[in-house]
Amino acid sequence: MTALLDIAGLTRRFGGLVAVNGVSFSVARGEVVGLLGPNGSGKTTVLNMISGSLKPSGGDIRLNGERVSGWPAHRIARKGIARTFQLVRILPSLSVAENIVTALAFRRAPLWGADADAAARDLLAKVGLGGRGDEAAENLTYIDQKRMELARALAADPQLLLLDEWLAGLNPTELRVGIDLIASLRDSGITIVLVEHVMEAVRALCGRCIVMTAGSKIADGATADVLRDPEVIRAYLGTGHA
Amino acid sequence: MKRIATAAGLITLVAALASAPFFLDAYGLGLMMGLAGYVTLATAWALFSGPTGYVSLATVAFVGIGAYCVAALSEVLPYPLVLLIAAGIGLAVALVVGLSTLRLSGVYFVIFTFGLAELIRQLVTFYEINVTGTLGRYIFLGITPEQIYWQLLALGIVTMLLRWWIGRSRIGLALKVIGDDEVVASHVGIDIARTKLALFAISATIMTLVGAIQAPRWTYVEPAIVFNPTVSFLTLIMALLGGATRLWGPLLGAVPLFLLFEWLSANFPNHYSILLGLLFILIVFALPKGVLSFIEQMWGKAHRTDDSGARS
Repeated sequence: MTALLDIAGLTRRFGGLVAVNGVSFSVARGEVVGLLGPNGSGKTTVLNMISGSLKPSGGDIRLNGERVSGWPAHRIARKGIARTFQLVRILPSLSVAENIVTALAFRRAPLWGADADAAARDLLAKVGLGGRGDEAAENLTYIDQKRMELARALAADPQLLLLDEWLAGLNPTELRVGIDLIASLRDSGITIVLVEHVMEAVRALCGRCIVMTAGSKIADGATADVLRDPEVIRAYLGTGHA
Repeated sequence: MKRIATAAGLITLVAALASAPFFLDAYGLGLMMGLAGYVTLATAWALFSGPTGYVSLATVAFVGIGAYCVAALSEVLPYPLVLLIAAGIGLAVALVVGLSTLRLSGVYFVIFTFGLAELIRQLVTFYEINVTGTLGRYIFLGITPEQIYWQLLALGIVTMLLRWWIGRSRIGLALKVIGDDEVVASHVGIDIARTKLALFAISATIMTLVGAIQAPRWTYVEPAIVFNPTVSFLTLIMALLGGATRLWGPLLGAVPLFLLFEWLSANFPNHYSILLGLLFILIVFALPKGVLSFIEQMWGKAHRTDDSGARS
């Protein structure tokens, strides 16, 4: 088992608050790992440190054995880590296709011009936005903005895809579509780390889960085992249920 | 066909502008010179500030640097070399300033650039008083007004072409993404600091050249003249009036405003500043996105036959 992502002793302090406290785990190539935990447990902070939008206060993040912790986000992006955001971030002044081209044009093997346009349209078709490339990004509905953001992350041709509550806020039908979409990505071999509260999605997608509470890792293992773990149940529901 | 027609039209326009000195009197030529200068400044300003949304009031700092280089060096060095040195100094100052300030955002950047122009003016004044002993300098160069005009025209055309090319290139897209959302920009692999710095430096170098080329026209320069902050404000308002994100916006803003300011300063010399201020307020209130966007909106309202949201 070759680890694509290796995290050791990762720590982040905000003033006196330790948001992430010595978290270690690794993710193998091709794995889909769920990062779970109650609100405020530090999941998004971990994601932010992996993608480079936050610098760790301590610890190591390695991608393919190369230390990337502390690098600026654009360098990490070019190494092949792409992400979506908890609150969807679109580029409102661009069209839907142009939103995708941004990622194609600045990745390690960049595409530009007609090639980029064609690739953007293919990616849009893949996430269910086929033929809608010319629309203004800000006119899309919430689910379509999320789809577009996913297509933009995929356009980077990532080795590792980080999804931060990508399925949150979807209705049951959309959720089904969303889970199928991520499952198809998993089947195409992309390594994914996803922060998610929707248990249905976690059970369907993640072979393995890591659970955090109050900044520390409390469980790491096969999804079914982890969700039965008394300590995990205590973290989510309180001591009475364990 | 349409592209050929556009190209032919543009070439005719350039030829007409280039031959203007043969048909104009001294006043007309002076007007054309000023116009060419401000169109170039506004276009250069929009090159950086349009897509990034960073409002710079440092325009006159670079114009003044250019003018002062010519004033200080034109007696000892040949003119083309002086222009080259001026451009080099403008570029160097832009790089230093850019490295230290492009982290600032919003109003902090505006204030910094405004302060920068004042700082350079005070430094030059200090140097002139304490080291050379005189505040003003004379520029005696055998450069005719026609030659100044042609140089400004050429620089203006180069600036427009540069802006057109950047708008179609990856760096142009990078700027738009930065203008929209810097977090997304860095996460798709854009080196924000380097992109901004490159554009700021190009824009500032052009501004420096405008100042250097125009300097012989003034004959006498002193810090209060060549570092007059009104130049920065005029450039800014011209670009905003036309629309700083559009290729032709700064030009369409600069031409009418420049002519209007000329007319105002000729007819209301005592109330010029008041009228200028009122006009600034009016433009920012009435046309926050520029005339071009305004016309498009009006056009869109008049032709609201389908509301599919399709973009032209």
